[in-house]
Amino acid sequence: MPHSRRIFLRNSAFALAGVGSAPLWLQRAALGAEQPGQRKKVLVAIFQRGAADGLNIVVPHAERRYYDLRPTISIPRPLARGTSPDAAIDLDGFFGLHPSLAPLVPLWKKQQLAIIHAAGSPDPTRSHFDAQDYMESGTPGLKATTDGWLNRALPPQTDGQPSAVRAVSLGATMSRTLAGPNKAVAVESLGNFTVRDNSAAKALQAMYGETNDVILGGTARETFEAVSILQSIQKTPYQPAGGANYPRGRFGDSMKQIAQLIKADVGLEVAFADIGNWDHHVNEVGPKASVGVLANVLGEFGGSLAAFSQDLGDRMEDVVVVTMSEFGRTARENGNRGTDHGHANVMFVMGGAVAGGKVYGDWPGLAQEQLYESRDLALTTDFRDVLSEAVALHLGNQNIQSVFPNYAASPDKFRNWLKTV
Amino acid sequence: MRRTGFFVLSIALLTLAPRLEAKKKKPAPPAGSPAATQKNTSAPAVPTMTPEQRTLHALNRLTFGPRKGDVEAVNAMGLEQWIELQLHPEQIPLNPVLEAKLAPLDTLQMTTAEMVRRYPTPQMVKLMLDGRLAFPDDQQTRYSVEKLVARYKRREAADRIGLPGDADMKASSLPETWQLDDEQRQILDNGKPPEQVALLETFSPAEQLDVLDTLPNGARNRLMGLAPPDLRRRIQIFNGPVQVVNQDLMEGKILRAVYSDRQLEEVLTDFWYNHFNVNLDKGADRYMVTSYERDTIRPHVLGKFKDLLLATAQSPAMLFYLDNWQSAGPDPAKRRRQGLNENYGRELMELHTLGVDGGYTQQDVTEVARCFTGWTIKEPNLGGGFDYNDKLHDKGEKHVLGVMIPAGGGMSDGLKVLDILARHPSTAHFISKSLATRFVADDPPEALVQKMAETFTKTDGDLREVMRTMLRAPEFWDPANFRNKVKSPFEFVVSAMRAVNADIDFAQPLAGQLNPLGEPLYRKLEPTGYSNRGSDWLNSASLLARMNFATALTRNGIGGVKVDATQFTLDASGLEKSLLSADPSPAAKDAIEAALAQQQQAGMLAAGLTLGSPDFQRR
Repeated sequence: MPHSRRIFLRNSAFALAGVGSAPLWLQRAALGAEQPGQRKKVLVAIFQRGAADGLNIVVPHAERRYYDLRPTISIPRPLARGTSPDAAIDLDGFFGLHPSLAPLVPLWKKQQLAIIHAAGSPDPTRSHFDAQDYMESGTPGLKATTDGWLNRALPPQTDGQPSAVRAVSLGATMSRTLAGPNKAVAVESLGNFTVRDNSAAKALQAMYGETNDVILGGTARETFEAVSILQSIQKTPYQPAGGANYPRGRFGDSMKQIAQLIKADVGLEVAFADIGNWDHHVNEVGPKASVGVLANVLGEFGGSLAAFSQDLGDRMEDVVVVTMSEFGRTARENGNRGTDHGHANVMFVMGGAVAGGKVYGDWPGLAQEQLYESRDLALTTDFRDVLSEAVALHLGNQNIQSVFPNYAASPDKFRNWLKTV
Repeated sequence: MRRTGFFVLSIALLTLAPRLEAKKKKPAPPAGSPAATQKNTSAPAVPTMTPEQRTLHALNRLTFGPRKGDVEAVNAMGLEQWIELQLHPEQIPLNPVLEAKLAPLDTLQMTTAEMVRRYPTPQMVKLMLDGRLAFPDDQQTRYSVEKLVARYKRREAADRIGLPGDADMKASSLPETWQLDDEQRQILDNGKPPEQVALLETFSPAEQLDVLDTLPNGARNRLMGLAPPDLRRRIQIFNGPVQVVNQDLMEGKILRAVYSDRQLEEVLTDFWYNHFNVNLDKGADRYMVTSYERDTIRPHVLGKFKDLLLATAQSPAMLFYLDNWQSAGPDPAKRRRQGLNENYGRELMELHTLGVDGGYTQQDVTEVARCFTGWTIKEPNLGGGFDYNDKLHDKGEKHVLGVMIPAGGGMSDGLKVLDILARHPSTAHFISKSLATRFVADDPPEALVQKMAETFTKTDGDLREVMRTMLRAPEFWDPANFRNKVKSPFEFVVSAMRAVNADIDFAQPLAGQLNPLGEPLYRKLEPTGYSNRGSDWLNSASLLARMNFATALTRNGIGGVKVDATQFTLDASGLEKSLLSADPSPAAKDAIEAALAQQQQAGMLAAGLTLGSPDFQRR
């Protein structure tokens, strides 16, 4: 059922955008005519902060030039037979996964995981701050944008009040990606998301309910609504399903809590989590591919995504996870066995609706003249091409122009990584 | 909870703040008020606050929040005079309570090089082991480093035979020179933390280190909150000596903000550190930030902007943080890494001086970066200072913001850039706007910013004069600005400490509270620093964290902090005296005290509600 809806939307979404309000029946179709309490389509955005090294994460092992550019920190070619913990895991004869991403291999084989290579932001900046800002706002080159693309991506609400937890940003501060006019809550941890002092809770709620302070009162109202929902789903300690084992650490915790929210059917539609420590200027790869700073953080990253998928089981049909990082890293290794700030990168998409087991996007090559500014992987897919496919076809929000202003949205730009049948 | 009691308490904590009334009614300025005598008569007259509001507003903006008695003290001195005194912190005596609390935090007084030796990283310890770096001279420090060396050796041995975890990190026994008796052993193995601390206090410092070395990490760290400062430091060393450096830094910041009488200097040090933000977690910066804040930022917060700018440009902390220390020209004799690094050049203009719309181009970024090639650090890992290395310098001609900088200028190229930037009108405007955003309103009136920028330009960037212009401007005293700023998490925590007159014995748990509130100290990753806009701090996670902090604090639930809960209630003797004018009978006394104890619980709750209220989130 969801797939036929997707075909329909693929043809109609952009015809309607900008025409004004769509007919109600079409909005219904777009939203899947969901009733409150029903399963929602969920989009989870993951940000790898610090500029992940896409070339060592999804390795172009069949391109000899990759090994020339990185004499000491390349990931060895896959074995002809079997696998090695210190060599790339072959995906399609050309690309291979870093060995620390082995937990993702079953998802690749089940075709629930796809990769878009040479993707990212077209803006030339190599500043972490600017590039993260542009990617999170969804407006490369435009600093004045005050809200984030994922907040704008929330589909218009057709019936009833939106859930207080329809948009959740994991962490103590509201992410740029999810900030904006639509209701969104920042949750550092579900367990702590409450007023611990019972006798104070009621009084505080009443006090904030009556205040004339519009801004604080508004935030508090959203907060207390979210508190009551989130407390109600925590009567018993959360037990991940399917034997899922989340890696220890903040990112694993974030993914576990997103899974918990999805399974609780409390109206979650979009979620954001981030994972830091990708800025590997020095000793990126240890003496073997399976050790070192990149291997460590990839273990946490891949392990958490795999556990999330395992935990959700069938519910992955409703979920799309998309990952991004502000820019890639230099094609050449630097003088400190690391890499410097580069340009294009790799994105992962994961979920039941994903046409997985495939690397999407045009490969620009690594020959000197093929590199961006003679040093970085060139960009062939705008990150907004990837995200707008998810927003239009998975979330059902056709109004891509308002999600990504100053971007010439068109279904022709979709890489078609979502299933059409 | 009795409504009247809560009301009285709220008044005490909030110092009666009719914010909303102030916002609604904008009375015409009385004759002779700053607004009425304003030069610029074409602009509409700015209304002004009542005298009560003015005092409280000044305390809210120029300090980390009023303490009990501050309003009266300011009024007694006269508001103008109090402001003038805050603008001259050197005339305000040091607070002996603060000095006593800072005294044990010895790294706050050390040079970076001293810290590296006395609180070494594992890499430093390894250098000491290899004989490539001298052990610390100080006997006690030397002994603690030797303990660390022994631990690293045990770790290595465990790794060799493949033992997991930190099983072998603790010493299995004391040195052969001395032993514990059975009773002592019993206390250490099975006793309660207070007994263990009491026992440890009977030992010499070296013996304490011996014993601490035999305890598992968890058991040892449980003693931290109970231990007196010197023992606490010995415990901290086992968690990694560099942690001591960072914890001292955070404790020092909190203690100064809460207890210093030079409040404006503290607020400005926070502002300017944040303006020239450096992230503590970036490599060698772990040791550099202490000196950065103390020697680079603090001395200049009421001085000339160009001195502050130069100090940051030459600080090892900034050179390391924004990578300039390894930026090199096109053909240096000894080529390091990839040559030019534009990181500092860009942030210098975007964040430190001109502002993002200040009128520079990508070409200017590159040219500025070329000018600063060779500005580097001597031995960053050993705590070395600024160094100009001509071999790394790009010797060609440069053009910065339309100014030609001739070839062969050497180190003066960078100095010229700083001079151009410090005098640029965009800088005057950008700095004035940033200050006004922090001190006046999230979106400060342009008329005020322009007045401040004029002063900036006229006085060659005299920051005291810029502050004075701001504080004399009618816009500062516009009732619309009264309590219109949402406190940052740090402002919230510190103002709460001050409101309840908390006694901080150990500030580390408080520093930990800043994490869920969203403002980990010294840990803003990006060079932008934290937002000066109050509204950016409002979100559900941090609002809940504020409420939880407030209620925990007034119930004495924050580690290392003591709050006298009797202040939240009438005390027995006061009640008895006012009602009986005599001592009560024992039976009456018991009943009164029991009732008051109950009331004290209510008082603590009410105090927590007050600190958690919307009103207390604003300043």
